[in-house]
Amino acid sequence: MTLDHADELVAAPSSPGAARPARRETWWRVLRRDRFAFTGLLVVVGYVVVALTAPLFLGWLGVDPYTYHLDALDENGAPAGWGGGISAEHWFGVEPLTGRDLFAIVVMGSRASLAVGLGATAVAVLVGATLGVLAGYAGGWVDVLVSRIVDVLLGFPALVFMIALGAIIPLRFPHSPRILILVLVIGLFGWTSIARVVRAQSLTLRSLGFVRASRGLGAGSGHIVLRHVLPNLAATVVVFATISVPGAIGSEAALSFLGVGVQPPTPSWGRSIGDAVTWFSSDPMYLVFPGLALFGITLAFNAFGDGLRDALDPRAVRR
Amino acid sequence: MNARHVLRFLTTRVATVVLVLAVVSFLTYAVFVLLPANPAAAACGKPCTPERLATAQAFMGLDKGPLQQWWDFVVGIFTGRTFGTGAAAIHCPAPCLGYSFQLREPVTTLIAARFPVTASIAIGAAILWLVIGVFAGTVAAVRRGTALDRGLMVAAVTGVSAPSYLVGLLGILLFGFTLDMVPVSGYVPFATSPVDWAWHLVLPWCVLALLSAAIYARLTRAQMIEALGSDYARTARAKGLPERRVVTRHALRNVTIPIITLFGLDLGVLLGGAVITEKVFSMPGMGALLLDAVSTTDLPLVVGITVFSAALIVVANLVVDLVYGVLDPRVRA
Repeated sequence: MTLDHADELVAAPSSPGAARPARRETWWRVLRRDRFAFTGLLVVVGYVVVALTAPLFLGWLGVDPYTYHLDALDENGAPAGWGGGISAEHWFGVEPLTGRDLFAIVVMGSRASLAVGLGATAVAVLVGATLGVLAGYAGGWVDVLVSRIVDVLLGFPALVFMIALGAIIPLRFPHSPRILILVLVIGLFGWTSIARVVRAQSLTLRSLGFVRASRGLGAGSGHIVLRHVLPNLAATVVVFATISVPGAIGSEAALSFLGVGVQPPTPSWGRSIGDAVTWFSSDPMYLVFPGLALFGITLAFNAFGDGLRDALDPRAVRR
Repeated sequence: MNARHVLRFLTTRVATVVLVLAVVSFLTYAVFVLLPANPAAAACGKPCTPERLATAQAFMGLDKGPLQQWWDFVVGIFTGRTFGTGAAAIHCPAPCLGYSFQLREPVTTLIAARFPVTASIAIGAAILWLVIGVFAGTVAAVRRGTALDRGLMVAAVTGVSAPSYLVGLLGILLFGFTLDMVPVSGYVPFATSPVDWAWHLVLPWCVLALLSAAIYARLTRAQMIEALGSDYARTARAKGLPERRVVTRHALRNVTIPIITLFGLDLGVLLGGAVITEKVFSMPGMGALLLDAVSTTDLPLVVGITVFSAALIVVANLVVDLVYGVLDPRVRA
């Protein structure tokens, strides 16, 4: 090892424990100052709380998304009254044809959205980070193989495949829960960008002084990956996961919108929007409420993700 | 760059394309063929005796092993296929992407009838999104820090977050029903009336384009800011070029390269977006065909469309790569 690399050995965060508290405080402060991102975080937390407590919350209010209220409809099956049947009893009005409470449907719909959004992202991060580290750290044919798969998948008509798979997997496994199928299908199509970024960073990390020093001291690959590579990838992975969630939520909604996602009677915003297509000239509110809910969570996640990237990624330009 | 380099570049790229298509078609075939939904059982009728089922399976070529079935499919693309023998035989001419026994038509014919709709939506939207995205991003970069810049970027984040079908439906509501300006659904072939064709596509184009344009606007802005601060931009200014010319001639050319890269990756997104747009605007495109095939479990049609879309994306990517080579002399070396 030449002398030029000596400062690298000293300056590199070879013992992350010492540097950590200060760094955590810094990114939290940066995020806290970014009003747009912080609002996004608060909204995301709000949605998660609503999703977790939805049955309790709705039970306390005395509404549910399954009971038919045919008395709230007119003779055409459209909601009776102003704004899609908005009343003290039905805050967002009712669903056309069934008269089910739209507020309850929207609140319960957050569960499918967040479950698939977070679940699929978890699958994507797990697969992407594992393959990315493997490719970047091991190199050689592993790298070539993973990179090829990523190249192929990146330009893929994923939605076309997801439509076909979302329709056909339930034929093979009729009793598997639809949410789980969606999590797997969306997750397994979404890991490529994470893998690419993680691969590039592992490649850089592998040649850095502190990793080379560790190897020189006799550390095995497993130890280096777990103790040195992964901790230094954590920020990137967290940022990427956050940025990926709105995409996964959007995929669930798109598939449900097209009729191959979450099946009735489980509430889903995408499916409600899809159902609203035939109604929205007479009952636009049926489109607006689920649409706003979906738009809100996506915007909040995007804002939070952007802010988190600015706060955690030292290379990103601070606003 | 000499001819040998071009040839080598082309050969490697085409070889990759062929390999990718083989893998994709095999995987698609494997996934769908190994499923228990047997197209033969659907065509067999009731009562379905085992003999009739066996006849139907042999007719459709489903009695062979999975690998052989895939190989028949691949060969059929180049030479055409004949299902069954004698008077009842059905011929599917090359390029045969399978035969829909439910619709009694070759998959290729079905796709060919629907593809112009999808292509019209996708190509028009792609042009619009690149133009709007690059233009908005450039304006924001040149006017960096102004209210215009902030306004454009807030609009971009909003655009990234809004699902296209939602914006599409609101667009129909506003411009179609309330203002009665544009048609709310349907498709008119270009050959019938180019004006009606474009008129029916205006709203779908805008909806699909605006949302993706947001991402391109953000990328263009970031790249443009970097390019305008670079040494070659300073040199261009130093020799007395007006700022407008520095932006359009010098910076924009370098900004185009990452934009084209991203666009190549987004072709799949474009096709998916076209599928959703077709549903929103009730247009009889390839996506509508796929959704119908899925709801009637028409497996040969599902496989055919899936393989066709994959091929489309792979070939389009090849074109993007070649354009890239023209734009950026560095990749040619």
